[in-house]
Amino acid sequence: MERIREFVSDFGLPRIIIALFLVLLFVAAPFVGVSVASSLSNTIARFGMNGIMVLAMVPMIHSGCGLNFGLPLGVIAGLLGATISIEMGLVGAAGFAAAAALALAFAALLGYGYGKLLNRVKGDEMMIATYVGFSSITLMSIGWIVLPYQSPTMVWGFEGEGLRTTISVEAFWDKILNDFLAVRIGERFVFPTGMILAFCGAALAVWFFLHLKSGSAMTAAGSNPAYARASGIDVDRMRTGSVVFSTMLGALGIVVYQQSFGFIQLYEGPFSMTFPSVAAILIGGASVTKASIANVFLGTFLFQGILTMTPSVINSVLKTDLSEVIRIIVSNGMILYALTRKTKVAK
Amino acid sequence: MLSLRGVGKQYNGTRVLEGVSFDVMPGQIVGLVGENGAGKTTLMRILFGMGVIAETGGYEGSVLLDGREVRFKSPFDALAAGIGMVHQEFSLIPGFTATENILLNRESTRPNILVDLFGDRMSVLDRATMGLRSRKAIERLGVPLDPDTQVREMPVGHKQFTEIARELDREQVRLLVLDEPSAVLAESEAETLLAAMRKLAEQGIAIVFISHRLREVLEVADKVVVLRDGRLVKEAENESLSLRDLASLMVGRSFEGSSEARRPAERPSGAGFLEVEGLWVDMPGETVRDLSFSVAEGEIFGIGGLAGQGKLGVPNGVMGLFAAGGSVRLGGEAVPLNAPRRALEAGMAFVSEDRRGVGLLLDEGIDWNVCFSAMQLRDLAVRPLLGGLFKWRSDSAMRAVAEEYVRALDIKCTSVRQRAGNLSGGNQQKVCLAKAFALEPRLLFVSEPTRGIDVGAKRLVLDEIRRVNRERGTTIVMVSSELEELRLICDRIAIVDEGRLAGILAPEAPVEEFGLLMSGLGGRAAAPGAPAAPGRP
Amino acid sequence: MKSKLRLLLIDNAVVLLFVAIIAVAIPISAMPLKYLAQEILTRLGRNAFLVLALLLPVMAGMGLNFGMVLGAMAGQIGLILVTDWNVVGISGVMLAAIISTPVALGLGWVCGQVLNRAKGREMVTGYILGFFMNGIYQLLVLYAMGMLIPIATPGILLSRGYGIRNMVDLIGVRQSLDKLLVVTVAGLKLPVATYLVIAAMCAFIVWFRGTKLGQDMRAVGQDRAVATASGIPVERTRIMAIMISTLLACYGQIIFLQNLGTLNTYNSHEQTGMFSIAALLIGGASVSRASIPNVIAGVVLFHLMFVVSPIAGKNLIGSAQLGEFFRQFISYGIIAVSLVLFSWKRKADVAASREALRGGSAPASGPSKGGRA
Repeated sequence: MERIREFVSDFGLPRIIIALFLVLLFVAAPFVGVSVASSLSNTIARFGMNGIMVLAMVPMIHSGCGLNFGLPLGVIAGLLGATISIEMGLVGAAGFAAAAALALAFAALLGYGYGKLLNRVKGDEMMIATYVGFSSITLMSIGWIVLPYQSPTMVWGFEGEGLRTTISVEAFWDKILNDFLAVRIGERFVFPTGMILAFCGAALAVWFFLHLKSGSAMTAAGSNPAYARASGIDVDRMRTGSVVFSTMLGALGIVVYQQSFGFIQLYEGPFSMTFPSVAAILIGGASVTKASIANVFLGTFLFQGILTMTPSVINSVLKTDLSEVIRIIVSNGMILYALTRKTKVAK
Repeated sequence: MLSLRGVGKQYNGTRVLEGVSFDVMPGQIVGLVGENGAGKTTLMRILFGMGVIAETGGYEGSVLLDGREVRFKSPFDALAAGIGMVHQEFSLIPGFTATENILLNRESTRPNILVDLFGDRMSVLDRATMGLRSRKAIERLGVPLDPDTQVREMPVGHKQFTEIARELDREQVRLLVLDEPSAVLAESEAETLLAAMRKLAEQGIAIVFISHRLREVLEVADKVVVLRDGRLVKEAENESLSLRDLASLMVGRSFEGSSEARRPAERPSGAGFLEVEGLWVDMPGETVRDLSFSVAEGEIFGIGGLAGQGKLGVPNGVMGLFAAGGSVRLGGEAVPLNAPRRALEAGMAFVSEDRRGVGLLLDEGIDWNVCFSAMQLRDLAVRPLLGGLFKWRSDSAMRAVAEEYVRALDIKCTSVRQRAGNLSGGNQQKVCLAKAFALEPRLLFVSEPTRGIDVGAKRLVLDEIRRVNRERGTTIVMVSSELEELRLICDRIAIVDEGRLAGILAPEAPVEEFGLLMSGLGGRAAAPGAPAAPGRP
Repeated sequence: MKSKLRLLLIDNAVVLLFVAIIAVAIPISAMPLKYLAQEILTRLGRNAFLVLALLLPVMAGMGLNFGMVLGAMAGQIGLILVTDWNVVGISGVMLAAIISTPVALGLGWVCGQVLNRAKGREMVTGYILGFFMNGIYQLLVLYAMGMLIPIATPGILLSRGYGIRNMVDLIGVRQSLDKLLVVTVAGLKLPVATYLVIAAMCAFIVWFRGTKLGQDMRAVGQDRAVATASGIPVERTRIMAIMISTLLACYGQIIFLQNLGTLNTYNSHEQTGMFSIAALLIGGASVSRASIPNVIAGVVLFHLMFVVSPIAGKNLIGSAQLGEFFRQFISYGIIAVSLVLFSWKRKADVAASREALRGGSAPASGPSKGGRA
């Protein structure tokens, strides 16, 4: 009994409820005529699509910058990379590689400035990040209208005023990772090997970095800035580095997302990326100050699993579409839980 | 009026106060004097019914007010009984005027209809009456304080007066406890304060005056009570005491037993190895203003002084952890300030007094705590990958190093993976020492090495410090509030008072010399009124 | 004297900046001034009350109350119900306010409790709480209404038989407060009744600052530790600040919606928080300081920009969308900038307050210099 209680308090009650809920959904699925195979296939696909963006939370949490509500900056860098790659007319692997490379370059640039900003507002990072993210999305929306893009795939047809809201990547690099070595089992199950490999690769890179001397310094800077400073670590530099790293992962994440989704969503698209990623890592067991790669995998799987399963299963049971509401309550409830819990522990 | 009868207190089996009895008469000023840890704070906590006392098992003996025993459950009960307290730190709202602060949460109000509906807090403040009340309180104090000035715009002395006036607004106030009220004041302000205290005493208010400025105590108090190690060692009328008596009573303990410090002839001397000149450090609560000293190679140099006088600021400033200025040279080479890394690279290491805040990564294991600084500084437990392109952290090498120190320092733990936050105080301190040793420094600052650890562990920690000094030749600068421990192992001891060097003494110097230096008298007891003297050569 | 002027300029930098932007944008938009004036007078009545709701939490040191959307939701629930019951006119507005009062107070209490658990990061927590409650609100309005809560008017229900439609026509209460008393001055229609309500609210806030509770809130806002030590019930005071703010936001939302005349069931409240906060900040307020003049100036400037920028954008580059994005950018950007500035200022203040303790500039050679201050 004691051990169970300990496990519950360590793991967090909300997390356990969510995990049980997901299991329940999978168990219930066959009874309401939902195919487990296709559900699982969907879950895995979304897991791969969103994973790197969730991973983008890790460096900043490690260095003590809190939850990365500034993810939209990375997403914007990703959008810039993708659109420029298309503008250059590159297709296939070359196009995707160019998109990713450009995205990373932009992200490094934006992340650097963003990191410098966050260093000057220590303690208020999360709220400021949220609004910096939002204002850069709207600023970029102006950009999408005025930037001199020419590619007919992207520019509005006759008006010629700025880029389309959604741009199809079908003719360029649609599902280029998903289809790489994809494994098909039965009719309804596809394993997007390439994309999962990309996710694992990114996760491995983060893991590797955290095990380097400099990565250890970043962890120490987040765990106890005063200790790190006394050990001769430049805490501000570590934080800037982590923000650059997070932003680059965010940029890479959105490009991987786009190739799987098949479309680039401009303008207000980036708005919807942040909260699910934040919520996912928290569901995976991270807190505002601690996060591991395992949290990323578990959290992304649980959260995306719920997003995939609720529309199909709940809707067949209740004959009504509750999925949106459940998404809102679960993701924001999780963030709220993390924000209010940490203060209690700190006392 | 107030009588303490055999008051005692233990915290978790550690006795901090024992059998303290004394009386305070109406209109009497009682000077309460004692070193840090002598029990002054605990005594005041008992008097005020602070929650921490009840939580840790209450106290022994009794507190009598007008002959009747009282046992306050909270500070508010004490206030209601007419006891007021002015703390060392200001407890004022910066954006409020003096009046608003004096009457904080005791404002005069006028009721209105909403009061009946929603309760007292809907009543409107009666500013006119409030102004009258605050003026009256200020008048009783007899100081020039404008009731309409905002606290943030006041000079520091006026803030202190505002605090005292707040206590005076309570009509029933009969006893006032002033905890180091003059510590932050300029000399002229301190004079005004003493005059105000006398004026209050004339009005029949009793005052307990806690201060380390012995001269001020002797100047104003009717009676002096000296605490040492939790016991009352002296209760005497003021006239019968001299500064020298008081200083020696406060520091106490004539030098017992054999000093384990080196004999004078064996002490390292020679050209300054560490030379500090004109150092100032902006460390909150431990400000260093202007300090110069020199340490010989291989020496164990002690820095003592009362809490808040700046001794802790010295290592924190030299190591670059707080904003500092002045010049520091190690082995003849200048060490830049405000750059922790440069200080470490110069060969200095620091065991911080703030173990949990600065010294340790509480959420990480012993291995991380021991190795991290050395890893960052001199690539301990680092394996180069791809010809040095990446520097891989070798967890197994870290464990091996940590295990070595766990054995050498006898750190009690389940494994080197145990979180530092779960260790006992003594073992945490050993981890901090191991961390510093792993840096293999030429000069080691050790700050309050035995604070908050049990007696057995104290012994071990001091032995380790001495061992590293003898075996590795590491020069040690040890900062401590415990004079005894400084006298036990140091070759020379500097006393810091009000951010300046009060003097440097040999460990076997008479104890009252130390006491006088700590009390801002700089060995010039014959000339009261002299400001803290700059360092004696 | 010169530095005083500079200080005044710095203090009002945001206001001046927006005056400048608008001074440039109005000629570009070529909109008739009379039209603009009417627009602003209407919008002042529509929005000022909502912005006023933000003042108390700022005073209590809880920053900008991003949780005010909770109040807005409560107000909307009241309006949906009176629309269903077909209570019209000013009595409909009053009834909506009465129904939503307990809801708002309850939500405000919850919000206060949550924020007390997240001291030091009230804003981000309130912000997320707004989103979280939005989920609960949707659960209530989209599913429970018509299913568990009887709704008699089929016109406001979705065709599936339960859940409220996206748009609810508030025809019954539409502008009933605004039109209660209209005075025409120089061809401009003034919704005097609404203005009176707003003026009464301002008077209440001024009076409230003078009460014991108001004084306690100021004390809590400036220093929680000192307030606790003096016996002020800090947590309760903070909860009350949030409850009052939530209640005012609820009434504000009702005034806002009766003016618009249509309720956008699932979106109206979402924008409320951001627009109100942006308006307050543009009016020169900060996270720790906000006054009634800030509210009035903010509403006027923010909405001038709001009205003018799409047209100005269109005339300038031929894109109305650009102006739309521009005003969104300004709303978000102003919040971001003022949060950043506040954070910097707080750090600068801490540094400045310790300046006196540093001997750096003039290394004191003796004890006489540098003093013991």
